[in-house]
Amino acid sequence: MSKAHVTTTVNGDPVEFLATPGMTLLDALRDELNLTGAKEGCGSGDCGACSVTVDGRLVCSCLVLAPEVEGRRVTTIEGMAQGGQLHMLQQKFLEHAALQCGFCTPGFLVAAKALLDVNPDPTETETRYWLAGNLCRCTGYDKIIRAVMDAAAELRQEKIA
Amino acid sequence: MSQLAYVAPSSPEEAATALAATGARPLSGGTDLLVQLRAGRVKPDVIVDLKRVAGAIGIREEAGGYVIGGATSGAVLGEHVGLVRAWPGVVEGANLIGSTQVQGRASLAGNLCNASPAADGVPALIAARATCVIVGPNGRREAPVEAIATGPGQTSLSPGEFILEFRLPPRPARASDAYLRLIPRTEMDIAVAGVGVNLVLDAQGRVAQAHVALGAVAPTALLVAEAGAALVGGRLDEASLAAMEAAARAACRPISDKRGTANYRTRIAGVLARRAALIAFARAGGQL
Ligand SMILES: Cc1cc2nc3c(=O)[nH]c(=O)nc-3n(C[C@H](O)[C@H](O)[C@H](O)COP(=O)(O)OP(=O)(O)OC[C@H]3O[C@@H](n4cnc5c(N)ncnc54)[C@H](O)[C@@H]3O)c2cc1C
Ligand code: FES
Ligand code: FES
Repeated sequence: MSKAHVTTTVNGDPVEFLATPGMTLLDALRDELNLTGAKEGCGSGDCGACSVTVDGRLVCSCLVLAPEVEGRRVTTIEGMAQGGQLHMLQQKFLEHAALQCGFCTPGFLVAAKALLDVNPDPTETETRYWLAGNLCRCTGYDKIIRAVMDAAAELRQEKIA
Repeated sequence: MSQLAYVAPSSPEEAATALAATGARPLSGGTDLLVQLRAGRVKPDVIVDLKRVAGAIGIREEAGGYVIGGATSGAVLGEHVGLVRAWPGVVEGANLIGSTQVQGRASLAGNLCNASPAADGVPALIAARATCVIVGPNGRREAPVEAIATGPGQTSLSPGEFILEFRLPPRPARASDAYLRLIPRTEMDIAVAGVGVNLVLDAQGRVAQAHVALGAVAPTALLVAEAGAALVGGRLDEASLAAMEAAARAACRPISDKRGTANYRTRIAGVLARRAALIAFARAGGQL
């Protein structure tokens, strides 16, 4: 079976790769494009560690076939910091100690950014529901939620200033 | 998986031709199919991605009713103001599926054709009296949603057939719907029972039409005509609600599993039917 040639955009850069049959977007990002930020926690859509956006929509990259992103726009955790400057969410995760092993962190950050992009002023309940598909096995969720709420508040301040 | 090919046709006819090949399998959001593929539970030779097929994604109005592309994601349904206003129950069923990430992909056609008895998107669609436009090698046909699933994991679709879109009937004034499910947790679980109720009221605020559909209490979702009939003519007074609940429970044929015993499921189905009816009634502007 021949490999599929895929042309797409990842974090704003045009990229091409060859997808083996059955290869997921997560496999393509990690193994073909060396973007190892997205993690495979479960491979079944339950943990959110593989979260990316496709055409602006938050998805589990473990449940996307690589050729599906032909001509689409993919963004990953690697596209979050701009020119060496951490995104506010990343900064707040550090300040609030919202990570321990860090395995879940890229997924939480990508998912939290997708939330703030559509809702800059979420309630804590909205934030918890939005992030219900992201599992963390060590930090506990409170620090993560506090980091997201604080980042949202800070980003709103920045906008006013 | 080494023989797995992937095609993404752009017309319904090309998709039907591709799907007619042996070992071909349709793909919408992949939130069921990719999980099954990765677990080795299905071994297709060709994946036919329907998301680039004209009409498979999007929401439009036609002949006074909404038409929903079969592969449209739950997230897109939830963002459509007009659809949410006309069919809040259909949308809330679709939006209960999985997490935000799953919502970015999961479709109603996938939910229906995966044919889980507990599929959350299905009861409200059945209560809405929605139909499916099915495209296959022999052309198009239309069938009611309740005619698709025939048992767990089984559908009535012939080889090569797929669901292109769903058609919802025109919505009169004073009409609304609701979907409720019970899960053991608040998020990310499978329904113990789910109920969709769709009501149309007359000018006096009495129930003119009522449809009640149950999920997770039988091998397929059920349209319970007697439950709907029990509500017609009244304003959801206690007697008609009690008769509706009894009819809903009488239709249940559930299994017992770790999420609930058959007794519990049957009881809950009645409770949810009552609550969903009250919500749909209030949404339709009804006064108790
Ligand atoms: C983490 C997680 C949580 C979930 N939670 C829920 C939940 O709460 N409630 C619930 O009901 N489900 C849940 N699901 C299951 C799944 O998300 C839904 O059933 C979803 O609606 C499937 O839609 P899809 O577009 O992803 O289908 P796909 O995976 O693309 O397809 C599902 C099946 O339908 C077939 N198919 C797809 N499109 C068509 C078509 N147009 N015509 C004919 N056949 C077609 C496929 O071949 C496959 O057999 C969950 C899944 C995950 C991973
Ligand atoms: S690896 Fe994709 S959801 Fe867990
Ligand atoms: S920090 Fe270890 S899983 Fe979240």
